[in-house]
Amino acid sequence: MNNPTTMNRTTLRFFVTFLSLLTAGGICALLIALAGRNPLIIFQKMFSATLGSSYGMGQLIFKMTTLLLVGLAVAIPFRLRLFNIGGEGQLLMGAFTAAMTGTMLPESIPPIAAILLCTLAAMAAGACWALLAGVLKVQCGVNEVIGTIMLNFIAQAITGYLLTYHFAIPSTVHTSPIVKAAAIPTLYKVTGWFTNSPANLSTLLAISMALLCWFLLFHSRFGYEMRAAGLQPDAAQYGGINAKSHSLSAMGLGGAAAGLGAANIILGYKHYFEAGATGGIGFTGITVALLAGAHPLWLIPSALFFGFTEYGGLTVNALIPKEIFMIIQALAIILVISFSALEKRFR
Amino acid sequence: MAVAVRLSAVSKKFGGFTANSNISLSIEKGRIHAIVGENGAGKSTLTKIIYGMHLPTSGVLFIEDKARRFTSPREAIRAGIGMVHQHFMLVPELSVTENIILGHERSHLFAPLPLKKAKATIKQDAESYGLAVDPDALVTTLSVGEQQRVEILKLLFRQASIMIFDEPTAVLTPSESERLFETLRSLRNQGKTIILITHKLDEVLSVADTISVMRKGEIVGTVAASSVTKQELAWMMVGRTILMSVANPEATPGKTVLSLKNLGYRTRQGKIKLQNLTLQVRAGEIYGIAGVEGNGQSELLQILWGLTAEEAIICGEATLNGASIIGKKTAQRALTGISLVPENRLRHAVITNYTVSENLLFGRHRERSFHHWFGFSSAVIRNYAETMIADFDIRCGAPATQQLSTLSGGNQQKVVLAREFNRPAISLLILAQPTRGVDIGAIEAIHKKIIEARQRGLAILLLSSELDEIVALSTRIGCIFKGSIVHEFCQQEVSLKKESEHEFLKEIGLHIT
Repeated sequence: MNNPTTMNRTTLRFFVTFLSLLTAGGICALLIALAGRNPLIIFQKMFSATLGSSYGMGQLIFKMTTLLLVGLAVAIPFRLRLFNIGGEGQLLMGAFTAAMTGTMLPESIPPIAAILLCTLAAMAAGACWALLAGVLKVQCGVNEVIGTIMLNFIAQAITGYLLTYHFAIPSTVHTSPIVKAAAIPTLYKVTGWFTNSPANLSTLLAISMALLCWFLLFHSRFGYEMRAAGLQPDAAQYGGINAKSHSLSAMGLGGAAAGLGAANIILGYKHYFEAGATGGIGFTGITVALLAGAHPLWLIPSALFFGFTEYGGLTVNALIPKEIFMIIQALAIILVISFSALEKRFR
Repeated sequence: MAVAVRLSAVSKKFGGFTANSNISLSIEKGRIHAIVGENGAGKSTLTKIIYGMHLPTSGVLFIEDKARRFTSPREAIRAGIGMVHQHFMLVPELSVTENIILGHERSHLFAPLPLKKAKATIKQDAESYGLAVDPDALVTTLSVGEQQRVEILKLLFRQASIMIFDEPTAVLTPSESERLFETLRSLRNQGKTIILITHKLDEVLSVADTISVMRKGEIVGTVAASSVTKQELAWMMVGRTILMSVANPEATPGKTVLSLKNLGYRTRQGKIKLQNLTLQVRAGEIYGIAGVEGNGQSELLQILWGLTAEEAIICGEATLNGASIIGKKTAQRALTGISLVPENRLRHAVITNYTVSENLLFGRHRERSFHHWFGFSSAVIRNYAETMIADFDIRCGAPATQQLSTLSGGNQQKVVLAREFNRPAISLLILAQPTRGVDIGAIEAIHKKIIEARQRGLAILLLSSELDEIVALSTRIGCIFKGSIVHEFCQQEVSLKKESEHEFLKEIGLHIT
């Protein structure tokens, strides 16, 4: 009997999101027109350079992979009312660890073992960095927003110092490359699709991670407890649920996802660590998670959308500054939030 | 006599749900008009329409014979309507005066506040209506009763002539309630119109002039308070005669299940909450703890359920079937056969956004029988939910999809009870305020279930601020005062004294104050 209402709620949410994106696109078109270009031509170019070309598709998938994972890093703790702003720091620590592990492995190591080791090291590094914020929150009462922001700075400083003074190849800003075996094969190499693009097998890991998180949250006892602790911490305590340990596991899981995102960049594409390797993509994870309503599966289309605006913006950068597409990203979030509020008022 | 508020064929629909249907009602000026009804009968919706929080779907609202369409409470306030909400709308960090003038500062944006003038007005109002409260005190430092007085002063300051009170006594002690009624009467005598929302029939009969009874979104009758009895009102509310107390056959208690010896509880600040509290609860009996709230009941519950604040100092013994429970975690206690129905249902007993099924599982989700791989077995849970819903007569749609928050208070409580009464290996059932915020029909059903559980041989510890509930259900009664059991009525005494209930209530009253 109540089924239709829950159904309606999902469709309604989808509709509101769709409408917000459409409006954001409209405003973006207006801005492009104001900048003296024909929006239709720009959009057409964007589409043909991404969805229309096999290299562009690959780029889109590559961007989507990292965005999905840093989105998860925000979305999972969000379920426990923890706002993880530290995706960037976790990504950075993961990236540095992945590269370091990759360079230290012997040349003769079999690929499976090398990839596994490097990926796990990256995930562990991301998880530890996030857990640090979690422990500070649970044990010392440091607000996780402050904690993670500060840890971002520290991560940046540590990796910067280690790179510049210890590990960079002289007169460059990057480390020596990882061993060949540790490189995650590109999809082009495996399937022949996505000509020469950086899209690699970690995309499959990312989607598995999203599925795993979805399963954990909505179909496991662990998720039942975790969501309860997030919705009503006091009640959870009465139900014998340890909210603190769930806070820690959510942060750890989120950090591990960010670490996996780093593996995509370092092991799948760059093959070494360099200054600015992550390029602030960890912060975009916050918006990706917000647009998806912190739902692990909705993160996939959300990450695709952001990947599209990021890479699509680059392809038309010669015609129109790509900053315009940063506006559309931010606008989309603001519109989703305000449209949801309006929808509630008029219901 | 003039009519202050008139509703003409007012209906309010939320989606497919009709909260108010075709309500026509006249509320006379200078009267106390009570609106009573079970939870979910539509009282709150009705007042929200008058106060401008909802627009009616159809029908017209007249305020002093003028048709009105309020789109916000601001407009209603301007029309002279005020409301004292169940949960007070005060800013704790501001003083009484600042709270009262909030929104009605009557000064320019950057000009200093006319505090002195306001204070004089407030003082005058306070004196003429017996609403003593220090205008300079911070609201945080006030008692609940005083905070309510501030809310009333706020309405007076805004010169409201129609005042709505939503369950005003829910948070008050009996003496504070009595005082509130005095205020209500004096407000009426000065020509104010009072609309009183409540489900406590005794109160209505003692303070109201006119009573309207609501049932399932409709007004089923409006009567003069002087011409109606409590039973008649109850009958109008639920549409059937209810027993004001359920049949309670004599208990035959067995061995001691819970034993508390010289229990003490001291907060980190050194405040003593429990002191030398000693009591035993035996299998097959209900031990009722009678007392005014704040005499250590909450701390006792915390100790029993393993949720004491980390810094608190606890001494004494607590054993369940001979084994100590002190120091055990909540989840372990549940496994050893303790079940708890907490005082605050919405905060502690349920996850309001979870479905009915998920809530029936809450706190019991660690039980193996519900498990299936990493998740839960939907077939087992469906069966379990269906059994519980039938057994406890829970009114809801499909339990696997309906959110608990959409249920009425009584049905929510039944979900909690169904879950807690049926834990495997249960030997002790702790019930704190089992019928708080529950309508009369559900109270009767819940009381029946409690007696039934006792007959099954459970040891039951009952804490309630409703003395008649304690008397109606308990086998033995302990009176709690300042953290100790100061007097205990044994089984013979209780069954004997129950005969003259009124005298007995008075006697208990002596021990708890």
